[in-house]
Amino acid sequence: MVALNDYLILGAILFALSVMGIVLNRKSVVILLMSIELMLLAVNMNFVAFSHYLGDIGGQVFVFFILTVAAAEASIGLAILIVLFRNRQTINVEDLDSLKG
Amino acid sequence: MGFEQILFYFFAGVLLFAATMVITIRNPVKSALFLVLAFFNAAALWILLEAEFLAIVLVLVYVGAVMVLFLFVVMMLDINLAKLREGFGEYLPYGGLVAVLLVIELVVVLNSPQFGLGEMPDPVGQAADYSNTRELGLLLYTTYVYPFEIAALLLLVAIIAAIVLTMRKRKDTRYQNPAQQMSVQAKDRLRVVKMPAERKS
Repeated sequence: MVALNDYLILGAILFALSVMGIVLNRKSVVILLMSIELMLLAVNMNFVAFSHYLGDIGGQVFVFFILTVAAAEASIGLAILIVLFRNRQTINVEDLDSLKG
Repeated sequence: MGFEQILFYFFAGVLLFAATMVITIRNPVKSALFLVLAFFNAAALWILLEAEFLAIVLVLVYVGAVMVLFLFVVMMLDINLAKLREGFGEYLPYGGLVAVLLVIELVVVLNSPQFGLGEMPDPVGQAADYSNTRELGLLLYTTYVYPFEIAALLLLVAIIAAIVLTMRKRKDTRYQNPAQQMSVQAKDRLRVVKMPAERKS
């Protein structure tokens, strides 16, 4: 029998890995976007696990919405990435300092 | 150890391995491919959790659409890989420390018996004629119908935003302006000049 703990800890490890991915690959926008996708997957894992163990299918509806938002985010992020590369010939986050923040 | 547990540990192991490869591998194309593997294993885990519809949606939408889009973009861009890897080792201790602390804290919290099998036993499996898609649809189109429509609107906005962002006007392209073409008058194009005859007939 797999307990709810196991799924929650799996989600936690996945989330921590993606946090580490954001820190490690903080120069490449593509890998940053992928890390965000992994983070959303970790959250979705928790939602599905709770939905199963509590017998409430509402959690799966929220996963549905998170998937929608994640797809929209990925498409717009990649569109921004393409515009960025077209204008600056780079996707290195360190070169994107034209805002002078 | 039951069969279900073996499956869980196998899928979870491959999922964590794929996630580790996504964040550490050098080449973004390989990284995207490992992300596909991660999504696939997550879908398998969701099937273990009896969320069949979402598992299939994850494979179809994520692996089929979003990740292919990622691969498209990554392969289209000509990226200098060596420059993007600078400072990878420099931040490894900090990133690792944060991640390890996060995992330890969450494990301490989540390993409490409240989430264990005692408090939350594994529910009995659904009957063979149970349809997860049907149940999800019933809930989605009644209780959550307004959020559902907002999600549809969100996707529309995303489509328009992606098109508008990537659309470009080239300066040297010549194109017609239909409004200007339609509003043209005969006198703009044709000038009638009164002229006396040159020769007496």
